[in-house]
Amino acid sequence: MSVPATATPTYPPGQHPDLPPPPGTAGVIGWLRANLFSSVFNTALTLVSVWLIYEFVTAAIDWFVLDAVWEAGSRVDCRKQGDGACWAVIAIRLDQFVYGFYPADQRWRPVLTFVLLFPALAPVLFDRTPYRSQLLWFSLAYPALGAWLIYGGLGLPVVDTDAYGGFLLTMILGVTGIVASLPLGILLALGRQSRLLAIRVLCVTFIEVVRGVPLITLLFIASTMLNYFLPPGTSFDLLIRVLIMVTLFAAAYLAEAVRGGLQALSRGQYEAADSLGLSYWKKTWLITLPQALKIAIPGMVNVFIGLYKDSTLVVIIGLLDPLGVARAVLADAKWNGLSNETYLFIALFFFLSCFAMSRYSLWLEGRLSVDDR
Amino acid sequence: MAQPNDRPGPPPGPAFSLGSLWYDEAVRGVIIQILVLAGVFATVAWMVANVVANYAILDKTFGFDFLWLPANYDINQTLIEYTNRDTHLRAAVVGLINTGLVAFLGIILATVLGFLVGIFRLSENWLVSRLAYCYVEFTRNTPVLLLILLWHGIFINTLPHPRQAMTVGGATFLTNRGFYVPKPVFESGFEWVALTLAAAIVGAVLVHRHVRRVREATGRQLPGGWISAALIVGLPGLAFAAVGASLSFDVPELRGFNFRGGLYLTPELVALTWALAFYTSGFIAENVRAGILAVDKGQIEASQALGLPRGRVLRLVILPQSLRVIVPPLTSQYLDLTKNSSLAIAIGYVDLVGTLGGITLNQTGREIECMMLVLLVYLAISLSISVFMNWYNRHVRLVER
Repeated sequence: MSVPATATPTYPPGQHPDLPPPPGTAGVIGWLRANLFSSVFNTALTLVSVWLIYEFVTAAIDWFVLDAVWEAGSRVDCRKQGDGACWAVIAIRLDQFVYGFYPADQRWRPVLTFVLLFPALAPVLFDRTPYRSQLLWFSLAYPALGAWLIYGGLGLPVVDTDAYGGFLLTMILGVTGIVASLPLGILLALGRQSRLLAIRVLCVTFIEVVRGVPLITLLFIASTMLNYFLPPGTSFDLLIRVLIMVTLFAAAYLAEAVRGGLQALSRGQYEAADSLGLSYWKKTWLITLPQALKIAIPGMVNVFIGLYKDSTLVVIIGLLDPLGVARAVLADAKWNGLSNETYLFIALFFFLSCFAMSRYSLWLEGRLSVDDR
Repeated sequence: MAQPNDRPGPPPGPAFSLGSLWYDEAVRGVIIQILVLAGVFATVAWMVANVVANYAILDKTFGFDFLWLPANYDINQTLIEYTNRDTHLRAAVVGLINTGLVAFLGIILATVLGFLVGIFRLSENWLVSRLAYCYVEFTRNTPVLLLILLWHGIFINTLPHPRQAMTVGGATFLTNRGFYVPKPVFESGFEWVALTLAAAIVGAVLVHRHVRRVREATGRQLPGGWISAALIVGLPGLAFAAVGASLSFDVPELRGFNFRGGLYLTPELVALTWALAFYTSGFIAENVRAGILAVDKGQIEASQALGLPRGRVLRLVILPQSLRVIVPPLTSQYLDLTKNSSLAIAIGYVDLVGTLGGITLNQTGREIECMMLVLLVYLAISLSISVFMNWYNRHVRLVER
């Protein structure tokens, strides 16, 4: 679009070519002006933020990477080599952080279970997965398959539950808790909306009591006094007891998320189903629940993220989750005091998985609201 | 919901059978409820019978008499008088007060941080809003127990020894054995300052009411804010000067290997309060953001069109409407923070779970009684907060025609 400098060209009305935007309102400069330097106050904020980021990032890079020590035999050894992070403590105990005390020659089993988790999850999470309907059968069978692979029996050597630890234990608690609490939470939510007084009162009491107390007290009950409520002499595995408590806890919160969905549904949906003469279960299964669950998904994912994060509390009753491994490592005189390294390493693991879950929920929310149009 | 009375009764069939009752909705409802209740009662009875049988085998008795026995253990942070010769009940109360202290401090800190970050998140400045976003995502996606342990680790492993303490203004010292801050010492005469402050607050409320009445009657806006500020700052200040400076500070000093004087905050208290506030502030920031975004844009544009200045748009239009959205989730965040404070046990801060549910339980072996009391206390806290929340929701509910 070169215009001769000497003569001003004339155009017939309506034919003038579009002029470029005024300088400094478009492109990188325009963006910078609009978003970072739009006023004196804004400019000051930007400069302060840049300074903060610079200070933080340079210090972090120094500590995490440049001054960090990757191989050492002890903390003292680390400090001799550099004053950054001592990642050697993670490197040496990495197996424990991942598997706990799961026997080394059997570790292919949790690895296989973890790998199989992806084809089991894909059809549930993404409705455009190829061969979705066939894969859903696999998803349905996955909990039993995973339990068999990890625990053993039927041809595989049995690995006792007290050997499970580290991120493996977190995954076991998280996946089992989510799978088991989903049906229970939906039933509780339906019970809370029930017309039958006794059922409604029972469900409300259960939900409010469980939501009113901290999870740690429920875990204490599981570890110290559950046996009193069973016939004398019976006792069952601590991990199972913990799983039951975690599931009940998550189900109460999940019930509230689902109830939100059920209540957000327009009354006309219930009335239309009634006027068609559908039975209660048909009405729920075919009409109200699918719509309510769709509305409730963001809240449900938040409950799942909470459950996954709360699985760390089992360290307090002595299970060997990543924090339990960290505690054991820090109690070792050789590595004493390296709490920043171990906890930040575990934080990274949780951050990545929880962030992925919350991103998925956002994506799904967008997808579903597009569907509605 | 179908009303049983609206429907025509069962058609006059030729034969009545017991099976046909099942197809009557009302009768079926009653049957189901009776069955469920019977099942629940049977389970509870079975569990109680098991407890009785187990107690008989272990030769234990059920009762709360242990609460009046001497506790025989020390607590490192007590806000009320306590020695190890006091009863288990008093130890539990000390723990409960410690829970309350952490919850109170944590809630204040989390609210301030959360509102700040939530407002930053909505800043026009891209960099600031991104920074706030990173903060929110990090705090929300990390387990709270991990954060408590991480901050506790930082406070006891990374901060310097008392001899090389980090200092803030020469009066507050941060060390790996805890924080030492100046302690206010109230001398005789200070009660007058406090009294005048109370009087000034009452006066400010009256001024506010008068200003509002004048505005509603005449449309004139009196400078009520300035008058109130002058009252609240001026009156106690005058009283303070009149009785002679009656407030001094006990500043901590390094003596030998540690600090003496001042107010001592254990690293556990500081780490727990800070970690809980840090974790919860991310959630509060998101609530604040959602609340402000929920205000209809037309409301803001309308108030601007009326010519209201920016501050009053915020105070009279945006804030009241967004608070209605913010407060309910905010209260549940406060409740979560209070419940999460039970994780104190992981770093050895002695709270209710640490005393009654921890040392007392282990010493006396009264698992069921102790846990029952702990659960009841937490339930009482939760229920009273939700009663308040329901009252508030009714109070601020949008009255629609």
